[in-house]
Amino acid sequence: MRAAVARFWALAAVPIISIVLALLLGSVLIIASSLVTDKSLNLLLPIVAYENLLQGATGLSFLDVVGRTVTINFSIDPDQAARALTSTMAATSPLVLSGLAVGIGFKAGLFNIGGTGQVLVGGFMAALAGAAVAQQPAPVAVAIAILAGALGGALYGFIPGALKAFTGAHEVVSTIMLNSLAAFAIVGLVNDIFKITGPSFARTADVGNAAMPILFGRNGNLGILITLVLVVLTWVLIYRTPLGFEIRTVGANPSAARYAGMSPRRLIILVMSLCGMFAGLAGAFEILSLGYYPAIFGTGIGFAGITVALLGRAHPVGILLAALLLGAMRAGAPAMQITAKIPIEIIDVIQGLILLFLAAESVIRHLLRSRTERVTPGEIGTVSRTYGETTV
Amino acid sequence: MTEPLTAPPTTPETVPALEMRGISKRYPGVVANDGIDIDVRPGEIHALLGENGAGKTTLMNILYGLATPDSGEILLDGEVVGIDGPADAIKRGISMVHQHFMLVPVMSVADNILLGAETMANAVFLDETEAHRRIVELGKRFGFEIDPEVKVGTLSVGWQQRVEILKALYRQARILVLDEPTAVLTPQETKEIFVVLRRLATEGHSIIFISHKLNEVLEIADRITVIRRGKVVGTRLPAETDEDDLAALMVGRNVQLVVDRGESHPAGPTLIVSDLKVDDDRGQQTVNGVSFEVRAGEILGVAGVAGNGQEELVEALTGLRRPKSGSVSLGGRDVTGSGPRELQRRGMSFVPGDRQRFGLVMSFPISDNLVLTQYDEAPYVKGLFRNDAAIATWAKRAIAEYDIRTPSAVVPASTLSGGNQQKAVVAREFSRKLSVLVLDQPTRGLDVGSIEFIHRQVVAKRDEGAAILLVSAELDEVLELSDRVVVMYRGEIVALVDGPTAERENVGLLMAAGRRAIPAIETAVPPAGQDAVPG
Repeated sequence: MRAAVARFWALAAVPIISIVLALLLGSVLIIASSLVTDKSLNLLLPIVAYENLLQGATGLSFLDVVGRTVTINFSIDPDQAARALTSTMAATSPLVLSGLAVGIGFKAGLFNIGGTGQVLVGGFMAALAGAAVAQQPAPVAVAIAILAGALGGALYGFIPGALKAFTGAHEVVSTIMLNSLAAFAIVGLVNDIFKITGPSFARTADVGNAAMPILFGRNGNLGILITLVLVVLTWVLIYRTPLGFEIRTVGANPSAARYAGMSPRRLIILVMSLCGMFAGLAGAFEILSLGYYPAIFGTGIGFAGITVALLGRAHPVGILLAALLLGAMRAGAPAMQITAKIPIEIIDVIQGLILLFLAAESVIRHLLRSRTERVTPGEIGTVSRTYGETTV
Repeated sequence: MTEPLTAPPTTPETVPALEMRGISKRYPGVVANDGIDIDVRPGEIHALLGENGAGKTTLMNILYGLATPDSGEILLDGEVVGIDGPADAIKRGISMVHQHFMLVPVMSVADNILLGAETMANAVFLDETEAHRRIVELGKRFGFEIDPEVKVGTLSVGWQQRVEILKALYRQARILVLDEPTAVLTPQETKEIFVVLRRLATEGHSIIFISHKLNEVLEIADRITVIRRGKVVGTRLPAETDEDDLAALMVGRNVQLVVDRGESHPAGPTLIVSDLKVDDDRGQQTVNGVSFEVRAGEILGVAGVAGNGQEELVEALTGLRRPKSGSVSLGGRDVTGSGPRELQRRGMSFVPGDRQRFGLVMSFPISDNLVLTQYDEAPYVKGLFRNDAAIATWAKRAIAEYDIRTPSAVVPASTLSGGNQQKAVVAREFSRKLSVLVLDQPTRGLDVGSIEFIHRQVVAKRDEGAAILLVSAELDEVLELSDRVVVMYRGEIVALVDGPTAERENVGLLMAAGRRAIPAIETAVPPAGQDAVPG
């Protein structure tokens, strides 16, 4: 039991401390913002803001705020809780997928920065396919649209994978370039070819029957269910199958993988395609929920996947938990903005801070040195280790 | 570094340069050091002898400030000190030359030496002229000439080691710890480095020489301290001991240093190599048309100074490198250019020379490493999934049968000592169904106990009818095990001799054939095709 706790702490110490530090630093910013909104320092504002955030995400409230007097009072409104939790789940599911899109790459020693582009391509393909089968029966239409999104993303991951496998082009560079390519090419395609007449802004046709089915609540959609299944399948794939063993081996030691008769080339292409597929699904779920693809479709989901994967230590369960945290913040942010008057962008700031502290892992480890003995470099290590290597 | 140094008397009365008293260190599950006492006098070469995992490395990590002892104290020149990390150790004159060199290959000798101990002309700029002058002078003082401008990557291992030693001397080290310095050297290079070490000692430096090569320890050391299972089991003077005595002390039982083997009864050829040519990473041809055959039930040894094409030959035979031309046939089937998977299916097993790079995934548990080349075969796969129960059962058996010392089968391979890591590789590769066994440096860096064990297994495999190719930089190992020996020199086979009757001196001469007096700077790979002695 103690060994299990120690193992958990060795893995989770840095993520947990990163979150705490980011929230602390975020509260400094919130206090500073009170200077502008309240014309005086409000030291209680961060507590109020985070409480609003929690309430918005879960429906759980533990403070009563009247003016500047704050009293502790636990309360929960079941209806509001159900609504809030459903929204949190809906916000979490694409983050899980984009987190997996980066995390599985880490397992194979690959750093997939291309989540953004893969999300866009996946979403776009889902929108086109959805519009094409808009009149078909819903189950068929939804399945086709989702598959098209998965396929589009996979293809867009396959390209940098093949480039790396056959030419040694580093995936960090090629995926960043492919992100821009996807963003601009799709804007052009929507504006010039797939635009429909009617709406005041450029967008593709409605997906009709392919729209994301709602299973429960206001936005408890099918995507949540599929995401949960995929988390389990990913865990099984990585830790229980020979293919997962190959993926982990090529990530931990490509030379040993070659020696053992595995084909690093094949694995790189396969894993990058898999990464792209997950990101593509995230995009498909977003677009099918929206019902069409708008020419201006700004989404931070692909990029947030990097934070999710690092925070979750590239483990499927860790990714689920990390995505839940970021998803809850996104779902709760509007409540915070309305009640505590904190701009919603503070969420992006906190998310950025988490990433910053995660990247400073060695600093945090150093501060912790007395308590956690050095652990062997884990998945995170693969980021810096493989960066800049061109050999396959 | 211009003060005159004369050898101080090294009598027991002298205050030891270093003394470690009652050092204990326990890790979860193991007592690495258990009340170790050791003292090193000024100008003394003190050998520290022990099996892998005996606690030598822990003791030296404590001395170097990388680990804190649970109890015990360290005295320098008779005064108790606390050593707080490597930087502090270096400041106190303690330097360590690691088994795996800590050098930057693309940087020059001088840059490597100056790294972290820069000689400054002023606050901003390096004083390169002065630094170079001091490096050259230091080298001369200890009997070798070195060009500070040359890139470290182009130097042979022997010279790289000298750079490591220079690095320590440049930082004014008084106590020098050498962790298995000869593990990577040829016999000739070993002799040369011994001259350097002796010179260092006569100038008053104290040297701790970690090794498990008994003959070398007897040759170079002034005193020998043997540790076993974390305890000092004896201190000997070379004059009053011999290899058998030391081996028995180290292992705790009598050890057979040369494995018994009967005559071989070879059948037909299993592995046939003809006119094989292989390029290295830089596109230079390092294997120049090699032909030989390995028969079932025999051990063919490949002797040669490291860097004469053996590495590329082995990689080409095992599918890690594509040969340029020529052919390889295995069991009557042409397998030229086949990959590792294909060769494994046809019955080839391979113990790679670099176990940390190829043989193991250091962050994986021992159990996963024990199936690294069989992970997708029954019984380790059941249907779509890995069969953890079968893997665990096999791991348990392998750990017992091959005497792999580990707290459990689930700890990462990186936590094992080198010898036990190698035993894991051997366990995996020897237990497969095989017809050809390729062994590259199978006992590099291993202690006598492990060597004895592995040698026995090799002979057992031979007697079961495997065709075994043994490539080793240890000439003694090649001669002790091989039924026939080929000598490789500059990418060619220059001789084929009968193993049991081969004369060590003769083979040594063939290995070094064409070598002039040791040049100041050798290149890692000599230009091919010059002065080759025809077999």
